[in-house]
Amino acid sequence: MQQVLRLPVSSTEAIDAPEVIGHAETFRPHRKSSVTPAKSETRGLPLVIRDLRKAFGDNEVLRGIDLEIPAGQFVAIVGQSGCGKSTLLRLIAGLDKPTSGTISFGDTAARAEDVRVMFQEPRLLPWARVLANVEVGLGRDRKAAGAHERARQALEEVGLAEKRDQWPAVLSGGQKQRVALARALVSGPRLLAFDEPLGALDALTRIAMQRLLERVWADQTFTAILVTHDVAEAVALADRVLVIEDGRMAEDITVDLPRPRQRGSAELAALEGSILGQLLGPGTTG
Amino acid sequence: MSLIESLPKVRKLTVPRADGLLPWLVPLGIILIWQAASVAGLVSPRVLPAPSDVARAGWKLLWSGELGRNIWVSFWRASIGFLIGGGIGFAFGLANGLSQLSSKLTDTTLQMIRNVPHLALIPLVILWFGIDESAKLFLVALGVFFPVYLNTLHGIRTVDPQLIEMGRVYGMTDGELFRRVIFPGALPSIFVGLRFALGIMWLTLIVAETIAASSGLGYMAMQAREFMQIDVVVLSILIYALLGKVADSASRLLERLTLSWHPAFSKH
Ligand SMILES: Nc1ncnc2c1ncn2[C@@H]1O[C@H](COP(=O)(O)OP(=O)(O)OP(=O)(O)O)[C@@H](O)[C@H]1O
Ligand SMILES: [Mg+2]
Repeated sequence: MQQVLRLPVSSTEAIDAPEVIGHAETFRPHRKSSVTPAKSETRGLPLVIRDLRKAFGDNEVLRGIDLEIPAGQFVAIVGQSGCGKSTLLRLIAGLDKPTSGTISFGDTAARAEDVRVMFQEPRLLPWARVLANVEVGLGRDRKAAGAHERARQALEEVGLAEKRDQWPAVLSGGQKQRVALARALVSGPRLLAFDEPLGALDALTRIAMQRLLERVWADQTFTAILVTHDVAEAVALADRVLVIEDGRMAEDITVDLPRPRQRGSAELAALEGSILGQLLGPGTTG
Repeated sequence: MSLIESLPKVRKLTVPRADGLLPWLVPLGIILIWQAASVAGLVSPRVLPAPSDVARAGWKLLWSGELGRNIWVSFWRASIGFLIGGGIGFAFGLANGLSQLSSKLTDTTLQMIRNVPHLALIPLVILWFGIDESAKLFLVALGVFFPVYLNTLHGIRTVDPQLIEMGRVYGMTDGELFRRVIFPGALPSIFVGLRFALGIMWLTLIVAETIAASSGLGYMAMQAREFMQIDVVVLSILIYALLGKVADSASRLLERLTLSWHPAFSKH
């Protein structure tokens, strides 16, 4: 029954092992046609990354990432701990500058409000009530008329309308993460990047949150990039699963299954097994 | 504030109304025992006058207007000195917490000055200002400066960097970031500094007034000593205790009003 398999978190060393580096040569550049076609009515931003590199001192974390994400796609990124998933996300969100390479959001010049990140921690302001925390997400529109109303709607979207006047301290972990989601959604972002937003939640809350994510993504049609340790989560939610290894895109797997997907179904399990096999290296597939 | 007291209360043991009176039980008990001991002749009035004698002395001084005037003078010196020293300390704390340049420029100097006990400057201050008002204000301001400075600086430096990053991601300007993230985050620490400063404020003022003044509570106590009016001396000491308590209560009230989001301050 228990389908939630996690990658070993503390196996950073394994990434430098010779067989893993050799393994990365199996990188196959994705064909554009294999990508799930973008929904025609999407408001999402397309994302194009070309030869993206990022080094911290001598530590080359990203060694040439090439990636095209069509507007409105739900992409999951998996990989060993320390392989640079968060680094990639921070670059996409503009929190860090790449060492070289480019990131562009289609042809349109994206506004700051169009790209949002959700972190592993809720990062709510403890001294602001729930509603005010959501209003933070409006960015420069915070002072515009209707800010309250938009924040209230976003709270409703995540099912926390009745908590609007509470302090964050009294909320549960899952509720805090839902407020953080409302804050990320309130500006109507066109690209939303998630850095293991569900990592700290218990299994049941996690599944409820996954459903919520899927629903708001379907409603609001943004481009979603989800970094996760949990391969089951990746195949359950994403149109496409990317595997990062050794600073490069090692795998690009299209998950062409209808939604809503049945958790624990044979297809999902098979897909999950093959991705895990990839991640753990040859000979270790369970 | 003890550790246990600062923890959020899990369970209310007492009736809410009695709760407010409870802290006064011990001081009241001490005064009663003291009175009883004096009446029974266990304590000589030349060592410690009975509370009733102290109260009588206080009443007399109150009628003559002397007490009110001295309290007012001391209060005025304390507040002005506190505002000046606390204001400058707060400003330096902000500047050095927010700006690397400012911190590099001034922090070392300030840390060096901090290690000189400010009361050791009294002879110098008397030479500079005489026993003028400015001498007292200078000493109080100097004493108050450091706790406010250090705790403001510490508060700002320890604001959760993840929250600051969050603020930037959501497009806060520097001003907004300060108002909405950095300042509220530093506030609990600033209050710690404030309460330390209040303690130092009274200490400094009393020492300064005892040594070099011609008015104020410290001066009143010194005068009384010369005329062997021990009841007035004790009265002054009790008034110090009360004023200290008032200042502390005021800062606690402010704390409770501004930190209501904090689980530790939400219900007390
Ligand atoms: N600010 C930084 N300065 C120096 N090194 C950094 C910095 N941020 C990340 N790194 C390094 O970059 C590498 C990748 O880190 P990153 O956080 O992107 O990994 P990750 O894939 O998100 O791992 P995890 O799954 O554990 O979250 C690590 O070796 C880390 O030490
Ligand atoms: Mg990470």
